[in-house]
Amino acid sequence: MRITCPHCGRRDVAEFTYQGDANRLRPDPASTDQAAWNAYVYDRVNTRGPHREFWQHSGGCRAHLAVERDTATHAILSVSYARDSDTARAGRRP
Amino acid sequence: MREYSAFALLKNALTGNTGWKEAWRKPELKASYDVIIVGGGGHGLSTAYYLAKEHGVRNIAVVEKGWIGSGNIGRNTTMIRSNYLHPQNQHFYEHSLTLWENLSQELNFNVMFSQRGVMNLAVGPAQLDDFARRGNAMRLAGIDAELLSREQVAKVIPGMDVSASARFPIYGGLMQWRGGTARHDAVAWGYARAADRLGVDIIENAEVTGFLKDGDTITGVVTKRGEIRAKKTAVVVAGSTGQVMKLAGIDRLPIESHVLQAFVTEAVKPFIHTVAAFGGGHLYFTQSDKGSLVFGGDIDGYNTWAQRGNLPVVEDVMSEFVALFPGLARVRLLRSWGGLMDMSMDGSPIIAKGPLPGMYLNTGWCYGGFKAVPASGWTFAWTIAKDEPHAFNRHFTLDRFRRGLIIDEKGQGSTPRLH
Ligand SMILES: Cc1cc2nc3c(=O)[nH]c(=O)nc-3n(C[C@H](O)[C@H](O)[C@H](O)COP(=O)(O)OP(=O)(O)OC[C@H]3O[C@@H](n4cnc5c(N)ncnc54)[C@H](O)[C@@H]3O)c2cc1C
Ligand SMILES: [Zn+2]
Repeated sequence: MRITCPHCGRRDVAEFTYQGDANRLRPDPASTDQAAWNAYVYDRVNTRGPHREFWQHSGGCRAHLAVERDTATHAILSVSYARDSDTARAGRRP
Repeated sequence: MREYSAFALLKNALTGNTGWKEAWRKPELKASYDVIIVGGGGHGLSTAYYLAKEHGVRNIAVVEKGWIGSGNIGRNTTMIRSNYLHPQNQHFYEHSLTLWENLSQELNFNVMFSQRGVMNLAVGPAQLDDFARRGNAMRLAGIDAELLSREQVAKVIPGMDVSASARFPIYGGLMQWRGGTARHDAVAWGYARAADRLGVDIIENAEVTGFLKDGDTITGVVTKRGEIRAKKTAVVVAGSTGQVMKLAGIDRLPIESHVLQAFVTEAVKPFIHTVAAFGGGHLYFTQSDKGSLVFGGDIDGYNTWAQRGNLPVVEDVMSEFVALFPGLARVRLLRSWGGLMDMSMDGSPIIAKGPLPGMYLNTGWCYGGFKAVPASGWTFAWTIAKDEPHAFNRHFTLDRFRRGLIIDEKGQGSTPRLH
């Protein structure tokens, strides 16, 4: 598996740290909605197929990345900076 | 003549081995059963067996996507232990170990259970303290445990680098002598044959592609070989849990699928007579009866449905193995493979009624579900038959996450990377 970092180019997966599912939205920290917190902390969609997720180029430029990867084939479909992802745009940090 | 025995062996040897029958029937699907078990892995088969044996439920179908033994039951590294810290896990796994001790007799099938001991190697004094605590907790629960010094460890596993100058020096180990290994295929075949003899229909090549529902209530399954109805439908598909539960309309679970790899070398003379795990990184190893070294490490770390892993883990596991056994650096690797793991968010399993009416769920085995095969089936059968959990599995609920009752052996909080 190789990931093309927008800053460093195509690199081996060994240089990256997986940071999980990017579809989860963290509730507002002030929220006391237990169901929402439970869903955020424990529930997973566990997609088979194209999956939006976060990686960090921890062994390189250290940028946080939003990656789309097919979980059935390991094909990397797209990579962008995490700050430009839908999750970030929704105003919630990963 | 269906009983396996020394006499049967002799008789068949003298008659050209023409007297052996198929170990289980290939029955046609019936339109309805009392219980449908989805998934013919170790856990599904043991559930069927104990339902028939302990609870007198004989009208059971086990529907399996592939063939018996094609899932993780035939891909694991076969390590069996009950060395847990938390009481919720201790009693369950100890019950499993007790069932293992008599399993070959129980099933009339040699599962080659070998109590060669399972040792956790402590790296540094802090880990040794932690193991002492775990060992004490085990002994309080009536489970065998012995803390070994570095010198004792060196005697048990010759050739291992236990020197003080090692990168991660070994300070001692926690040994459970009653732990060990078994032959994984034999466990699947043994349970399948024993369940079949009690009347259970084992239907292979019958992938479940949907559920029959009456409102929210599950009333049966749609398989590639036809529809079947039942009052009770049990889902026991390990690594495929997410996919199968989506068919029932459950699209979120505290489970993520990950890949775990395992490795086997060419055969060398026997010198590792036990199972051991090294906590410096994460490595566990044993030597098979054929002489191959069998070992594995961590899951790859990203959720996946591809039944294969990537090279970083291979490299990581090899470097740990060579650090422990510098003398084995030139032994050749024969094979490696991967299996899909049902990783739960606290590293503990789920064996419970629900989440829909008419449904029962058994999942979350992470990478330690082989040792659980007997007790998982035993407690799941109880839960299905009586509609309530046994004391051994009453903590393994699906709603424990929401209720704050997680069973987190490692004390690491919510992550699908525990086991
Ligand atoms: C490399 C590796 C090493 C391991 N090492 C150990 C170890 O040392 N010790 C230990 O205790 N555990 C170990 N495990 C874990 C253990 O193997 C699993 O936890 C356990 O086998 C899972 O339960 P099972 O046997 O029922 O699973 P499986 O054998 O995978 O059974 C699930 C079955 O469900 C079937 N299925 C899936 N979808 C459908 C469908 N739609 N319809 C019908 N059937 C379906 C599958 O075909 C499969 O046969 C290891 C696992 C792996 C992969
Ligand atoms: Zn980079």
